[in-house]
Amino acid sequence: MDYQSSELLRFTTAGSVDDGKSTLIGRMLYDSKSIFQDQMEAIEASSLRRGESEVNLALLTDGLKSEREQGITIDVAYRYFSTPKRKFIIADTPGHIQYTRNMVTGASTANVALVLVDARNGVVEQTRRHAIIASLLQIPHLVVCINKMDLVDYNEAAYETIKEDFEQFAAKLDVKDVSFIPISALKGDNVVHRSEHTSWYEGPTLMYYLENVHIASDHNFIDTRLPVQYVIRPNTDEFHDYRGYAGRIAGGVMKKGDKVMVLPSGFTSTIKKIDTIDGELEEAFPPQSVTVLLEDDIDVSRGDMIVRENNQPEVEQDLEVMVCWFNEKPLQPRGKYTIMHTTQEARCIVKEVRYRLDINSLHRDLENTQIKMNDIGRIVLRTTKPLFFDAYRKNRITGSLIFVDEGTNETVGAGMII
Amino acid sequence: MNYQLNHLRELESESIFILREVAAQFENPVLMFSGGKDSILMVHLAQKAFYPGRIPFPLLHVDTGHNFAETIAYRDALVERLGARLIVGSVQEAIDKGMVTEEKGYNASRNGLQTVALLEALEQGKYDAALGGARRDEEKARAKERFFSHRDEFGQWDPKNQRPELWNLFNGKKQFGEHFRVFPISNWTELDVWQYLAMEKVELPSLYFAHKRKVFERDGTLLADSEYIPKKPNEEVKEMMVRCRTIGDITCTGVWPSQATTLEAIIEEIATTRMTERGGRTDDKRSETSMEDRKKTGYF
Ligand SMILES: Nc1nc2c(ncn2[C@@H]2O[C@H](COP(=O)(O)OP(=O)(O)O)[C@@H](O)[C@H]2O)c(=O)[nH]1
Repeated sequence: MDYQSSELLRFTTAGSVDDGKSTLIGRMLYDSKSIFQDQMEAIEASSLRRGESEVNLALLTDGLKSEREQGITIDVAYRYFSTPKRKFIIADTPGHIQYTRNMVTGASTANVALVLVDARNGVVEQTRRHAIIASLLQIPHLVVCINKMDLVDYNEAAYETIKEDFEQFAAKLDVKDVSFIPISALKGDNVVHRSEHTSWYEGPTLMYYLENVHIASDHNFIDTRLPVQYVIRPNTDEFHDYRGYAGRIAGGVMKKGDKVMVLPSGFTSTIKKIDTIDGELEEAFPPQSVTVLLEDDIDVSRGDMIVRENNQPEVEQDLEVMVCWFNEKPLQPRGKYTIMHTTQEARCIVKEVRYRLDINSLHRDLENTQIKMNDIGRIVLRTTKPLFFDAYRKNRITGSLIFVDEGTNETVGAGMII
Repeated sequence: MNYQLNHLRELESESIFILREVAAQFENPVLMFSGGKDSILMVHLAQKAFYPGRIPFPLLHVDTGHNFAETIAYRDALVERLGARLIVGSVQEAIDKGMVTEEKGYNASRNGLQTVALLEALEQGKYDAALGGARRDEEKARAKERFFSHRDEFGQWDPKNQRPELWNLFNGKKQFGEHFRVFPISNWTELDVWQYLAMEKVELPSLYFAHKRKVFERDGTLLADSEYIPKKPNEEVKEMMVRCRTIGDITCTGVWPSQATTLEAIIEEIATTRMTERGGRTDDKRSETSMEDRKKTGYF
């Protein structure tokens, strides 16, 4: 394997309980030969204990003890496998009805969302919910896996009906790239190996899709943004006057010699050097972690942002935000929270709840606006100091924030700036 | 244009981001150094994260007293080269002070006692973040672990009370007395680690490469012959070409028959192997959920 040219792809899996998500993940791991012998032996033994006749691939993704006892998955679990072309990170999120929070978490870093549909049941409430979350979180690619095709005799009409239903609904959403694949996770059809039963289907297998979908443009390479994370000042004889601004590039391509501006101060300078332990870089791009040195001696600290002078983010204290709530204690109107945004922190007050979004119907509820755990809504915030941000649609890193409860320090919500 | 990182560079960038975040968000972090490849990787990444500055936290080694001699030699040379501060938490000391009782018998291991020595060292140093080299692919119970893992004032991990982690945003806020375990290489697999160490030409302890060693077999695992492991009468010592896939306390680190004497050969071997690396750790075999139980009490 030429591991130096293999790319990383992150995807989420979502589906209602029993749509076959665990079986599908197990199948992908198994057919791509990513399962070790001792893991296989362990699930063979568990399958036998449970009195199952065949090895239950779903057991591979089995989680923690307490959940095993309850028989449900209640958190995001990460799985790994690789093929010669790509390394994959799966954020496996449970289909359980209450856990919008987990889906949102898994979706926040994903390149691709897999949505499972049971071919017998078609598009159901949960399918719509998953698609809406994928759209809100701006996952660049969405794949609808129409599963259990073996139970509908691999019937093309069944597949077409579901596809049309979904397309009709997705027209209302902000998803750019949707694909449909008829599969049987249990039998393996069109997962890794092409099915002999779906001659009418001309598209790729799921694995081929995942290995080839174009992800190089998933980052924003236009609008240069470097949130300063840490200032490196060695204070040694050799590096006496060294001041390096360390951070992970959130957008655009930075080059030596670029004219830049530092926010919030507004001071301008030029990039003197992009430094790494392995030598200087001519240019740097997302999601690289780099250290940038400037020509001029200006005051820069954590929370500042380095941008291009002629391409600045928005700078505001009043924000419109789509929020997803994670905590038992509902969002408090007029409530105060700490927010973490890029590498900076601020306090905010919730000025107004515009509406609560019904994530099954997309209906905007203007009357009942309490935002409870697992709810999504649109709110207005005022922050104690200006934030430098881009709309989430434009940049998932500079457009996102989390809410922290000032008493318990828990992360209570996630926001996407409109 | 081709602005696409390969998977190893992307993982590297993510880990460096986490390391810098720890330096920025915590007052007194410490890097837990076991001498194994994962903690060697962490030190390598930390060097990159803060170059040309020094790594802004000390290394903590919890010493069970039952080490491979090679581990200590490697550790001391590394610390010297980095100019880093090394803190040693000693299990022997914890035993001597009567804080813990040594297990007896053939399968006696100091692994469980390590937790006590670790918590003691963390408390003494008043560390508010302990960086660990655990990976999510290692074991089922780790698949849901966070990068920033919150521990209460007793060092305990509550799977139900972990904070959601979204995007690049890591919440390290805590109450007085609480601390965090942070796992910057969560998303790396065993194969990624080896590929990266090869790509970066990182020097590793000789134990990882195939070498001749006196070993014996117990419960399907090969163990190094050592004064610290009492052998049963029927256990026969033989000399074999072996290497370690993980390095920990000598009493519970399995060795594997191998001819791989270079990193490239190791990568080849791992890419085709059918056993997980923890398959060689006798401490995990005790029960199906043993890792989870140990975690709750403060072992990583
Ligand atoms: N016939 C058939 N059954 C399937 C298929 N995929 C999953 N199943 C079965 O559906 C049930 C639920 O699957 P599971 O993977 O546990 O669903 P999850 O709740 O979405 O993780 C199990 O009994 C599976 O064996 C499929 O493609 N065809």
